[in-house]
Amino acid sequence: MSADITTTSPETAPQPSPGPAPVDKRVPRGHKRLLTRRDRVTLAFMAGVPTVLHVALVWVTAIASIFLAFTSWDGIGFDSIKWVGLDNFKQLFSDNPQFWPAVEHNIIWFVVLILIPTPMGLFLAVQLDKKIRFSRVYQTAYFLPVVVSLAVTGFVWQLVYNPDTGLINSLIGANKPGHYIDWIGDPHLNLWAVLVAASWRHTGYMMILYLAGLKGVDPSLREASSLDGANEWQTFKNVIFPTLRPTNTVVLVVTIIEALRAFDLVFVFNKGAQGTELLSILITNNIIGESSRIGYGSAIAVVLLVISLAVIIPYLIATFRKERRA
Amino acid sequence: MSTAVVTKQRTPVRPARILLHVFLVTTSLAWLAPLVWAIFAALRPYSETSDKGYVSWPDKLTFDNFKNAFEQSDMLHYFGNTLIIAVPAVLLTLLLSSMVAFYVSRFDFRLNIALLLVFTAGNLLPQQVIITPLYRMYLLIDLPGVTASGKLYDSALGLVLIHVAFQSGFCAFVLSNYMRMLPHELTEAALVDGASVWRQYWQIVLPLCKPAMAALATLLSIWIYNDFFWAIVLISTGENMPITSALNNLSGQYFTDPNLVAAGALLTAIPTLIVYFVLQRQFVSGLTLGANKG
Repeated sequence: MSADITTTSPETAPQPSPGPAPVDKRVPRGHKRLLTRRDRVTLAFMAGVPTVLHVALVWVTAIASIFLAFTSWDGIGFDSIKWVGLDNFKQLFSDNPQFWPAVEHNIIWFVVLILIPTPMGLFLAVQLDKKIRFSRVYQTAYFLPVVVSLAVTGFVWQLVYNPDTGLINSLIGANKPGHYIDWIGDPHLNLWAVLVAASWRHTGYMMILYLAGLKGVDPSLREASSLDGANEWQTFKNVIFPTLRPTNTVVLVVTIIEALRAFDLVFVFNKGAQGTELLSILITNNIIGESSRIGYGSAIAVVLLVISLAVIIPYLIATFRKERRA
Repeated sequence: MSTAVVTKQRTPVRPARILLHVFLVTTSLAWLAPLVWAIFAALRPYSETSDKGYVSWPDKLTFDNFKNAFEQSDMLHYFGNTLIIAVPAVLLTLLLSSMVAFYVSRFDFRLNIALLLVFTAGNLLPQQVIITPLYRMYLLIDLPGVTASGKLYDSALGLVLIHVAFQSGFCAFVLSNYMRMLPHELTEAALVDGASVWRQYWQIVLPLCKPAMAALATLLSIWIYNDFFWAIVLISTGENMPITSALNNLSGQYFTDPNLVAAGALLTAIPTLIVYFVLQRQFVSGLTLGANKG
């Protein structure tokens, strides 16, 4: 950590704010010359402590996952770690009856979130952005599910889905013996039932992100567009939506990550039994279940890691490149 | 539209507006329905609902379920568990991430961007990616006398550490963006006057970051309070569980009727709802602080 302190690279320093004209040639600010030895130690400490904690718990474990994925280990002593090459992956891809359904469910999770609650959130945001009466009340109603924990959400929706006593079956008269619709137990239904709950939450989240994005839209654009005689839909399609590009990127990334992270709802619902398998659930079952197959669980984690990084890396590169330019 | 802007009046009532309100009222009621249903179920005695069914006119509404859920499950104890995890975790996350943010945003070291990337990317990883080795690591770290379990595993300290490590990624990103907007002259003057780096951080930069810190504190409190996953995997003793995972445990073991579960779930949600209603502005701005920069 101390090595980089003496090096200066003013080119990479981001400007605080884009000035009216790029006249100033970035005068070297001369921090380094003024830093005392004590200051340098302080700085190394300030950056070092959080970095060590973060790297040790997040990145070292992520890398350990990769390593363990190629081994078999019962977790008891280090000497029982055996290198098995690609065996865990081979088994995972060909033998595990839960793996491909889990991958499929994670994909479905993403597709549903991006196709239904995301546009719904955008639509609500556009409507609420019109400065209508009671806007705050509506916002709160849609946003409440985001505030309540996913675990609690799982309990609340169980009350709605319960075959005997649930709201839906009671309303449609499917709670008599012989007419049951088992929303949570039926493997053809339960994923969709959980997804309704997930969408219920996701809509509010997306609405807030879009509302923030819409606040950043220059009002003069809207005025110009209406002066040109564009109707509401044309204005949205041709003027507003294109300016929401940065928000759309965030929304896409957030939605993919949420789909990959999906866990709490399903765990509370039915612990990922038949029909609701997810990668996150398979990994967790390897830990808190009876069997402690660490290498195998890590192999699933590596699949999840690779998919996540395929999303995270391009996103961060784009974000940080823009920031450097700004 | 344009006339309304000029005269600064509310848009005149138009059929489209009324239609919009009808739509918004209907959907917001639909959105609240599951929560309202839970409240309704929680307010009714089990005996009544088992006789008459859940969709029925209530004979009597009582808070008994709330009272029973609270007492039978010793909820106060679990709220306490959450408190001893969440309070240090939020404070430490803010302290550590603001230090990193200060370092990367106020000085021109070569590794700054790389460092910030490491933090930001770490926060975006799904937690399950790292859980297997983390779980093993927690079991291996012996802390005799420090935690009741003698290990990092099954201890509040373990949860605090992983929350801090994980959440500091997001906070460092947001705070570094924020600190970058503060004029450099502020600290430069102090530097010339001979103020140490720590003083610049503690007395100049940090006080100016109050709005961002408040927003992040609100957000972190709700996230950490709501955490379920880390608690499920890294805590094994029911006694040590925070409220969210304890509820999961209890609903299987002790709660036999859905009305009681409903009451328990609602009680669990109350602290976050209070935080949200009191600090709504901070909460929403915190969520969007990070998102807008993207």
